[in-house]
Amino acid sequence: MNVFFYDKSFEGLLSAVFDAYARKKFPDLLLEKGDVPPLLVEYSHEVVTCPEKTERVWSGLRKKLPKLVLTQLTYAWLSETAGSDEVIFRYIRKAFDKPHCIATDFNDEDVLSLKKLTQKVSKEVQYLAMFIRFQRMADGIYFAPVAPVYNVLPLATGHLVDRFSDQRWIVYDEGRKYGYYYNQKTVMEMALDDESSLQNGRLREDLMAGDEKLFQDLWKRYFKTLTIKERMNRKLQRQHMPQRYWKYITEKQ
Amino acid sequence: MEKDVLKKIEVLTASAKYDISCASSGTTRKSQPGKLGSTSGWGICHSFTEDGRCVSLLKIMLTNYCIFDCAYCINRKSNDIPRTALTPQELIDLTMEFYRRNYIEGLFISSGIMRNPDYTMERMLKVVKDLRTVHRFNGYIHMKSIPGASRELVQEAGLYADRLSVNIEIPTEQNLKLLAPDKSYESIYRPMGYIQQGVLESAEERRKYRSAPRFAPAGQSTQMIVGATSENDQTILGLSAALYQRQGMKRVYYSGYIPINNDRRLPVVKEAPLVRENRLYQADWLMRFYQFGVNEIVDEQHPNLDLDIDPKLSWALRHPEAFPVDVNTADYAQILRIPGIGVKSAQLIVASRKYSRLTAQSLAKIGVVMKRAQYFITCHELPMYTIHEATPGYLRELLSEKRTDALPQQLYFPFSQSVVV
Ligand code: SF4
Repeated sequence: MNVFFYDKSFEGLLSAVFDAYARKKFPDLLLEKGDVPPLLVEYSHEVVTCPEKTERVWSGLRKKLPKLVLTQLTYAWLSETAGSDEVIFRYIRKAFDKPHCIATDFNDEDVLSLKKLTQKVSKEVQYLAMFIRFQRMADGIYFAPVAPVYNVLPLATGHLVDRFSDQRWIVYDEGRKYGYYYNQKTVMEMALDDESSLQNGRLREDLMAGDEKLFQDLWKRYFKTLTIKERMNRKLQRQHMPQRYWKYITEKQ
Repeated sequence: MEKDVLKKIEVLTASAKYDISCASSGTTRKSQPGKLGSTSGWGICHSFTEDGRCVSLLKIMLTNYCIFDCAYCINRKSNDIPRTALTPQELIDLTMEFYRRNYIEGLFISSGIMRNPDYTMERMLKVVKDLRTVHRFNGYIHMKSIPGASRELVQEAGLYADRLSVNIEIPTEQNLKLLAPDKSYESIYRPMGYIQQGVLESAEERRKYRSAPRFAPAGQSTQMIVGATSENDQTILGLSAALYQRQGMKRVYYSGYIPINNDRRLPVVKEAPLVRENRLYQADWLMRFYQFGVNEIVDEQHPNLDLDIDPKLSWALRHPEAFPVDVNTADYAQILRIPGIGVKSAQLIVASRKYSRLTAQSLAKIGVVMKRAQYFITCHELPMYTIHEATPGYLRELLSEKRTDALPQQLYFPFSQSVVV
């Protein structure tokens, strides 16, 4: 069995592709540096991540694949699910080796896997766009805590900048402990040094702007009244709006 | 904002909630400097109520006072319900503040009729105009046009609203007259015509000057109540098909009749006809995305949709001669007609069969519902147990949905930042 060790970064993964072609040895297993190798390793290689290798592989892919697929590769990476790096690796390899463009060959295991991974991640991006709830802080910044399953914050900021371009806002991933701050011009990565400002997915009340509570109440009242009793269907509600989000959804708090 | 708005919002939402056309779809508009908001293709749902419906817009009435007396409507003059009105400024503030918190995609404004149609339109117009011009609101606006409104006001509304709608409500004029004596088809079709004309003129203008203003870029929609009157599905779908012929008619909504008022002219029903409503949406869907003609879905022999099976399966069972279809060679339109294969899987089939022959296994992986599709396809290694061997009658038994499975799934779409093939 061939094993490659790398630093579990996307750049590292592309460097691993480069090394594999340079050595004509392809990994059966991708491990993080420091992981315990399995028994019966035939060939083992430690990848050094380096920008030139990354760049070479990426520009090679750019020639072989439509832009959409390049995006899909990054989406699959941000899924952070076990084995997704191996799918990406095999996909890239097929893209380089096959004479035709593999992008729509859904009969292929890895092409289909990549598509499915991408779908899961973009679903999560959509959930963010749907269910993020901003709360206005006393200083006028709109604050939204979230906890997505996949690491999708970087994929969601584009939409938020577009939509809320004339207000200052923060989205914050409570699980991964980082977020983005937008100051009406640019987006910056940030972290909270003091998470006590958050309580159960909500801003502490003393940090809220004066009328924030009223607008939350108005919205809740609106939401409650909207239900048509004759059509009750809570199962359908949960299907469309997964319960794991409710903690952050004003009207479900 | 005063506290009494809490009470107002409750009264005016209760009055507006039965209008089900809430989609915020049909137009993509990027953000513009100094303005708040954007619109995105298919529209985004921001929440789901306990009845499972998508909440996309702030759907509310400016007032629920009304001088008309439509039998099916909660706000009719003769009903004894709490009445109130929002000031235009209150509604503007609610829209802006809700939008900034990502509660909504925009506003869906409707109103009961105060004094006369034009007076009402003017009040509504004030809200949308101020939102756009004073508050630089760039999100979605759907405005319900009042039956009988004048051309000038409809035309002005189209400059600010993304979508305009006039509800037909009752599928034949005779029954409309019976239930809504203050309305006529003429008072409904006239503003519809103004909207259509506005859409056409603006398209023409914009061909000449790129900068000409857009008129209701998301087109118009309408709604019909189903089950309050005796029309069959053939009449309803026939009307929809005719409406879709009109320039800019984007959606027809079907609203299963919920008995709100006691009225001798209305049928006594225990519950809303939700399954029928769902079948109508499916049929509507077939007309818009599956290249079905209305006469293929319902005809003189089959004037009503089958409640136990969906209209696509129903068509297939009535047309065994069209099957089996060979998924490896048939054209896209034929593949679309196979029960168990949706638009997405049909596209995937056509895309991937270029590289290798599709097998039953690969079809299942692509997302084809083989439980249904197997009787209608061939792909070289499948056993030949098709609709001909199984017979349509047996398949109908086998593939019927239990009524609870057939409950409506309100159609909604994720926004179109689709990275998915
Ligand atoms: S005009 Fe509209 S609000 Fe008034 S009663 Fe008729 S349907 Fe209801």
